[in-house]
Amino acid sequence: MNTPPPGILVRNLALRFGGDVVFENLNFEVPAGRLLALLGPSGVGKTSLLRIIAGLETAASGSVMASDSAPLHGRVAYMAQQDLLLPWANLLSNVMLGATLRHEKKDIDRAAHLLSQVGLAGRERALPAALSGGMRQRAALARTLYEQRPVVLMDEPFSALDSITRARIQNLAAELLAGRTVLLITHDPMEACRLGHHLLVLSGQPARLGNAVEVHGQPPRAADDPLVLHTQGKLLNTLEAMAPE
Amino acid sequence: MRFFRPLVSILVFLAAWWGITRFTAIPGFMLPPPQSVAIALWAQRGTLFYNSLTTLSEILLGLLFGTLLGAVSAVAIVASPALQRWLMPILVLSQAIPVFALAPLLVLWLGFGIASKVVMAVLVIFFPVTANFADGLRRTDPAWLDLARTMNADGFAVMRHVRLPAAMPALASGLRVATAMAPIGAIIGEWVGASSGLGFVMINANARIQTSLMFAALVILAVLAVGLYKLVDVALRRALYWVPDSLTDETKTP
Repeated sequence: MNTPPPGILVRNLALRFGGDVVFENLNFEVPAGRLLALLGPSGVGKTSLLRIIAGLETAASGSVMASDSAPLHGRVAYMAQQDLLLPWANLLSNVMLGATLRHEKKDIDRAAHLLSQVGLAGRERALPAALSGGMRQRAALARTLYEQRPVVLMDEPFSALDSITRARIQNLAAELLAGRTVLLITHDPMEACRLGHHLLVLSGQPARLGNAVEVHGQPPRAADDPLVLHTQGKLLNTLEAMAPE
Repeated sequence: MRFFRPLVSILVFLAAWWGITRFTAIPGFMLPPPQSVAIALWAQRGTLFYNSLTTLSEILLGLLFGTLLGAVSAVAIVASPALQRWLMPILVLSQAIPVFALAPLLVLWLGFGIASKVVMAVLVIFFPVTANFADGLRRTDPAWLDLARTMNADGFAVMRHVRLPAAMPALASGLRVATAMAPIGAIIGEWVGASSGLGFVMINANARIQTSLMFAALVILAVLAVGLYKLVDVALRRALYWVPDSLTDETKTP
């Protein structure tokens, strides 16, 4: 984390399933150290796009590069909609999963510190089943942060939570992810406006990108911030206009 | 309540049994009344105890080796597609031939001792273990595997830390089936040729028309089988502490 994080450059990316074009000629950039929120209706290919960037899927054509031209592989942490905590392992072990899987030495102090940062101090030895959905997602956030990757990809990580829990974990995420290059997929305009430096809408079939919108001010922005409300309204209109009947 | 209902069932069963022997003309060598079985149980307790030990060790050794063999084959099958192509036909063939048909051959090769029965039990057991465990190993949540990939995990680490623990409930199902089936292998082996064991007692008693003794051996076999199953079941529940169990929760919810 001493070197500045790279941006992500997506160039002429295309994805096809069978004969169907999911998207093609996709071009955008996640600026270094910023959070870009990608919005769009479900089924538009947002998750596939994220998986391609994460190296979990291959595109039909096009490229994903880091702006410092070093490979992106190994510098990306991934957070999904489900918490993906291993049910047989306690929170501490779950947070350190990456180290276990890479046969690295585990840093228990750092894992415990991360757990306390996400408000789970004292629950280090608890099993995931003993926690609420919000607590589990916070543990997943701690696990993502433990990876110390400069780039973080998030696929609707908070969508399964109730609105108050979601607002709290959004604040936490904005605070703890500051300085990293983050691509956040969401279908919640409010979430995008509160957390994103930049907003981008993906919609249609084949999917196209709208114009990138820059939101000023530091995230997390308050839910009643006039700027947030204004941008959210505009976003909703855009999404509605682009959505099929 | 936990012991009450089974107790009532057993008492009703015993009463019906007694009623049939008391009020019908079925001769005692066909169906002995429960009390003569009880008398046989007590009178022959030394023989029965000694022979139970033989059968129990056959079952336990069969379970141990059958589970080991089954688990190893499952991991091998899942870890290597090439091995799967080579092993699968053998596994299926081994199950297509009834163990009953193999029993005389095994006794011929391995003798009247305990070895032929243990092998028989292993043959009965390992397939359900392999099938269940391999299934569990294949069904790891793909999202976990994706997460492991973004963490740069190698195949060994994923197997050791994600696939294996995630498949433990499936292995447990296989083990439960295996535990229920293990006595079959042991008893068949003893019927075909043995110098001790409950199956051996039953064959001898049958030849001498000591039907009460046959029933006594049967009772002990049933108690052994049920007891072993319960023991394994409880141990597995303890070991799989993270698996939600909807059946044991019935006491918590009204």
